[in-house]
Amino acid sequence: MKRLKNFLFLLAAAPVLAFAAGATVHLDKAPVNLSDQDSLQRGARMFVNYCLNCHSAGVMRYSRLQDIGLTEDQIKENLMFAGEKPGETMKTGMTKADAKVWFGATPPDLSVISRSRGADWLYTYLRGFYRDDTRATGWNNTVFDKVGMPHVMWNLQGEMVPRYKKEGEHEVIDRLELVKPGSVTLAEYDAMVGDLVNYLVWMGEPAQVQRKQLGLIVLIFLAVFFVVAYYLKKEFWKDIH
Amino acid sequence: MSALQKMMGWVDDRFPLTATYKAHLSEYYAPKNFNFWYFFGSLALLVLVIQIVTGIFLTMNYKPDSELAFTSVEFIMRDVEWGWLIRYMHSTGASMFFVVVYLHMFRGLMYGSYRKPRELIWIFGVLIYLMLMAEAFLGYLLPWGQMSYWGAQVIVNLFAAVPFVGEDLSILIRGDYVISDTTLNRFFAFHVIALPLVLIALVAVHLVALHEVGSNNPDGIEIKKHKDPVTHLPLDGIPFHPYYTVKDIVGVIVFLMVFSAILFFAPEMGGYFLEAANFVPADSLKTPEHIAPLWYFTPFYAILRAVPPLFGSQFPGVVAMGMSIVLMFFLPWLDRSKVKSIRYRGPIYKIMLALFVVSFIGLGYLGLLPSTPVATIFAQVFSVIYFLFFLLMPWYTSIDKTKPEPERVTG
Repeated sequence: MKRLKNFLFLLAAAPVLAFAAGATVHLDKAPVNLSDQDSLQRGARMFVNYCLNCHSAGVMRYSRLQDIGLTEDQIKENLMFAGEKPGETMKTGMTKADAKVWFGATPPDLSVISRSRGADWLYTYLRGFYRDDTRATGWNNTVFDKVGMPHVMWNLQGEMVPRYKKEGEHEVIDRLELVKPGSVTLAEYDAMVGDLVNYLVWMGEPAQVQRKQLGLIVLIFLAVFFVVAYYLKKEFWKDIH
Repeated sequence: MSALQKMMGWVDDRFPLTATYKAHLSEYYAPKNFNFWYFFGSLALLVLVIQIVTGIFLTMNYKPDSELAFTSVEFIMRDVEWGWLIRYMHSTGASMFFVVVYLHMFRGLMYGSYRKPRELIWIFGVLIYLMLMAEAFLGYLLPWGQMSYWGAQVIVNLFAAVPFVGEDLSILIRGDYVISDTTLNRFFAFHVIALPLVLIALVAVHLVALHEVGSNNPDGIEIKKHKDPVTHLPLDGIPFHPYYTVKDIVGVIVFLMVFSAILFFAPEMGGYFLEAANFVPADSLKTPEHIAPLWYFTPFYAILRAVPPLFGSQFPGVVAMGMSIVLMFFLPWLDRSKVKSIRYRGPIYKIMLALFVVSFIGLGYLGLLPSTPVATIFAQVFSVIYFLFFLLMPWYTSIDKTKPEPERVTG
């Protein structure tokens, strides 16, 4: 009986259990819209300007950018700077050895970063850098504590500092406050990061737009096929009682 | 005699083509009262075909090399014509295989399909299930992501918990002291050649055994007991072809709609079919925060973690996990009920089966979560119920009040 009581108590505690497993840093919702080609193109530009210096996208070919509405000439003129060929993948100029010395770790390849981290994480992370003089780079991050990456886009966003609040025993970061404005407003910066994340999501799986279009056709076909098959079955089975 | 008939005659004199067609399709008499639950056998066969065909095309482009494997999968997703479709069919197929097989097994539990004279069908089925788990486990290493690598690490380490020979056994499996290129190569060989051969052979004997004794049905009674005095055909039986072929086509289409909805609109299935951490290349120096096996293994993983270690060894948990599957083989002899189908069983079996299903799903859920003290107590309770379902079965099925079975099949 006592066993049973314990068990029932535990059953009642189940939602708490689920909650405990999901407790992580709050993430802002990324404005992902893969049908917005202008946003994807702006994001691609941000990507080659800010990310590609240190990170690679080793399975992403420049020529694939035609899928987001760019011509090969546009890609060559605006997005390729090191004399690569359009069929080549996006490699970084930085060597692994240099990266180890400068940042302590090799910056990860970003080809499928949106699939491992998720769009919301990236969106929050790229807007979560703040000044921290205890760090070698001078920067820290709200979602990735003690991150090795410096705030690459600081000249856009400006400098943020954390404001703390008490949560039980600990002091936690409540919000970030702008102390030195960058070249754009915070709202503009959010929009730019939104474009970049949108692009990263697209680059994580360039076939995904085509996938969803094809999926619709397949489902419509199957629905029609279902009607035919259903009446075929009925016809055959009408004598079976 | 037409040319076609002549040709068939020529073949039939040399190979039992017409006889085989009749024995397994046009004159295989199946009970006429199959319901929803009887779709999953043919669907399992369909998924097996999907996995083999897509597997062949993936093998053409995949590189079983620790340096190239991860990238080769991404090249399949990007540069190979329809590569993304083939890969997603294979990854969705893996999970859907288990969905279908679990439902197929549950059908067997509900209607007593494992009972005399179908014990061997059940045993072949459990063997198929075992092989399927091995096949899925081996295949999951191939994309060479973080979860591939560390998942394999955890599972192979289970073998190391076996006393005395464990360490050597795990080295034998890996071919190395850690999961490495060698491991990837041998897992690839087993995944694409050895286990598919065994699987196909087992499926064949599963079907031969089934067609020897005939299919069970939702009433759990033998249709062969009432035959037409003239034709000697079962009165409640209908030829598999065309009746169940046309019916199964409907089931196949509904299944393909679910399959396509996942494949085209949510191939990751929220991280349950393709885990986020597996989009990071395998790194032997960086352990992921939380290693969880794919959802279809988690009930057994939860049982493993529920058993406390003995003298610092995980072996008792490994034994419990192994026993949880071994017990399935004995099911035909554990069940002492006078009736087969749940329709005529008493309340005790119904309650036990319901508890078993809740425990199995509960264990599956807990296996996905990081281990906490509360979760462990839950897993222990569920594990006990899981085992009691089998171990107490001879007792509760013999005292259970059953209803009389009908003479002929009902609706």
